[in-house]
Formats: sequence, C-alpha cells, structure tokens
Amino acid sequence: MITVDNLHKSFGNHEVLKGISNKIKPQEVVCVIGPSGSGKSTFLRCLNLLEDVTSGSITIDGEEITDPQTNVPKVRSKVGMVFQHFNLFPHKTVLENITLGPLKVLGQSQEEAEQKAKELLAKVGLSDKANAYPSSLSGGQKQRVAISRALAMNPKVMLFDEPTSALDPELVGEVLAVMKELAQEGMTMVVVTHEMGFAREVGDRVIFIDEGIVMEEGDPEVIFEQPKSERLQSFLSKIL
Amino acid sequence: MEHIINVLPSLLQGLKYTFIITVVGISIGFVIGAFAGLGRISKNKLIFGISTVYVEVIRGTPILVQILFIYFGLSDLLDINLDKITASIIAIAVNAGAYIAEIVRGGVESIDKGQFEAGDSIGLTKSQTMWYIIWPQALRRMIPPLGNQFIISLKDTSLFSAIAVGELLYEGRAYANSTFTYFEPFLMVALFYLAITIPASIILRRIERKLDV
Repeated sequence: MITVDNLHKSFGNHEVLKGISNKIKPQEVVCVIGPSGSGKSTFLRCLNLLEDVTSGSITIDGEEITDPQTNVPKVRSKVGMVFQHFNLFPHKTVLENITLGPLKVLGQSQEEAEQKAKELLAKVGLSDKANAYPSSLSGGQKQRVAISRALAMNPKVMLFDEPTSALDPELVGEVLAVMKELAQEGMTMVVVTHEMGFAREVGDRVIFIDEGIVMEEGDPEVIFEQPKSERLQSFLSKIL
Repeated sequence: MEHIINVLPSLLQGLKYTFIITVVGISIGFVIGAFAGLGRISKNKLIFGISTVYVEVIRGTPILVQILFIYFGLSDLLDINLDKITASIIAIAVNAGAYIAEIVRGGVESIDKGQFEAGDSIGLTKSQTMWYIIWPQALRRMIPPLGNQFIISLKDTSLFSAIAVGELLYEGRAYANSTFTYFEPFLMVALFYLAITIPASIILRRIERKLDV
C-alpha cells in the first residue's frame, strides 16, 4: 500500500530524516514510536506531503506521490490525517466539518455527504452532536469528529499523529476504541503514538524511529519484550 | 440658533458626498486590501514585492498629498479631466486599501497553522482552504480594525475640501464664510461626523458579537 524508499528530510541544515525505507501492506496497522524529536511525526507528515520531501520516494497505492508532477490535493484526499490538536474548523458545525471535503473535493451532493457524515457520527457515537460547534465538545469528542472528517473522504490509508497526546487521561479510551474498531474493519493505518498498550494490542507491527532512522522494527510482542538495540531498551524503560 | 437650522440643507448635501465617497471608497479599498494583504504573505516574490511597495508608498505619504497627486497630478500627466468625486473615491480606495492590506495580513497570519494543514489534509486546494477555512475565521478577527479604518477614512474625506469636493466640511465652511458665523456651522459639522461614526461603532460591535461563535 505504501512504499517508502530512502526518505530524507531536512529543515535548513538540520537533517531530521536520514534515509527511511519501509513497506506498509494493505490493512496493516503500523505504530510508530520513538523519543520526541526523533523524526516520527515528520515521517508521518511526509506521507501526505504536509512536509515536502528532500529526497527519496514515497509510493501510495501504486502512485509515486513524491513525483513533482503529482496532484498534491488529490493525493491528500486519499490519505486521511488525524492531528494531535484535532484542528477542527471552529466556525463550522460538526456536520459541516465532516461534509466540507466530500462536497468540495469529491463533488458529492449535499444529501449524499450529509448522509455519510451522519453514518460516521453514529459510528463514533456522536449522532447528537451533528449541529454542535467544536468549541462545545470535549477533547475526546473533538478527536472522534476529526476521525470522522478524515473517514468521510473514503481514504485508502489513515495517518494518526499522536491522536491522544492532547487528551485528558480519562478521554483517551474513547478515541482508542474508535481507532481499534477501524483497524478491525481492515483500514490501513499508520499511528504515531505513545500509547504502548494500543501498539501492543492493535498494532501489527511497531517501528521505532530514533535520530531520523528506523532503529528497530517488528512484531509488537518482540519489540516490547525483547528489544535488541540499547536505544530502544532505554526508550522503553523510560516510558513503560 | 437660526444658523443651526439654516446650515442644515447644505450640510445634508455635504453629508451625502461624504457618505458616498467613504462607502464606495472603502468597499473598493477592501477588495484592493484583500488582494494586497494576501500578496504580502505570498511566496511569489513578484506579488510580494508589488504588494509591499504599494503598502509602504501609501502608508508613507499623507492622504492630502495623495488626493492632490491624483486630482491634479494624474489629470495633468494623462491629460484627462478627472471629476472630483471620482478622484476622492480613488484616493480613499487606494489609501484605505493599503491599511486594510495590513489588517488582512494580520488576520490571516493570526489563524493557527493547524487550520491550513487540516484543509490541506482533506484534499482542499490552497485557494479552497483560504476561502472556506481561513477567510471566514480571519474576517471575524478583522472586524474591529476594519471598523477603525472605516471611521478613519470617513474623517479623511474632510481633507478633500482642499480640492473643493462638496463634502461635509467644505459645505460647513462655505456656509460659515458666506454668513460670517463660525461657531454653529462647525459645531454642526462635528455633530454630523459623530452622527455617522457613533452608529457605525454600535453596528460593528453588534456584528462582532453575532459572529462570535
């Protein structure tokens, strides 16, 4: 589904990603872990071109998105993104947040877009909030709306950038539950997270990024129980 | 007292021109300012350059010089006969446009980066993100400074008496000079300005509250 080949990314003279290669299979749930500043968020943001890539290539669903000829908005419409700080549109209702993309990008009719939005809201348990504004929602509710907004585009892949890091602890569960359900339905997901429980339970594979490279990767059980590199051992000892 | 009543017809006439020049000028100025303001945050160097030169030149010169330049200077250079009202509207539009450009830039730059990214992430183009996501939020924040600019431009029209535009101050002064009374006409001129600026302030505050989601 996603093939990343020798991805490099620099901000000025500072090289954040120093050659990352990886293959993500359809329906795979990949959790990306690593210390802060390791480049894991930058890696994720490169996957929908929120960061332009310095060198290397990324292919999603057979299309090389790093090709300069790529229609960038079109690529992004196929890749859902959920942000740490939700980034809902505060001047639009929950329903309008979700239908904007389908209406303007996919060219759906109002009825079609609204019907789909209502289905998604029912799925994340927020049917009663369709006409509410984001400011009246809790963090967990906002994030569930943000997930619905991304799903409304019928993405082939979903990217999550620390989706629970800005939430109060008691609200983390409701968001993870939605993500777990999504994974069980077969969505291809790349999740940058500090939720090791989620990575272990839902993840098919864990990638440990440190200092801009994939330091270690593999089955969650193996990564957490038998970390090979010293850096992963030390990272895990700090967070577990 | 009789002067207060006698001056009214000419002041009403003057008020009409003051109002037309301000409203039409500011409206055009808003369009100019919207483009110039977006130009000031453009990554295109040419667009950025043109917008910046425009803002700096207009901000850096007095509006009285600008109206004289437009009315006499441009007419002379292009050998055309610009009428006074048109020249005044152009002067307000061009002048307010430069200040509004900075208001627009400030408004757009105050919007969280995450909003641009969220628009990008659902596949909106740059202009769609600007139009559907950024602009409505920025506009709300721009209302107080825009209201301020409206009032400033309204008062600036009084300077156009220098080219004998029959606006409020010109009419008041004409009455004063012809009757040799000065207190009542100028008092009334001041009250006429307040008669627009105070309701305008109230209306703007209402709009602001209404848009406050």
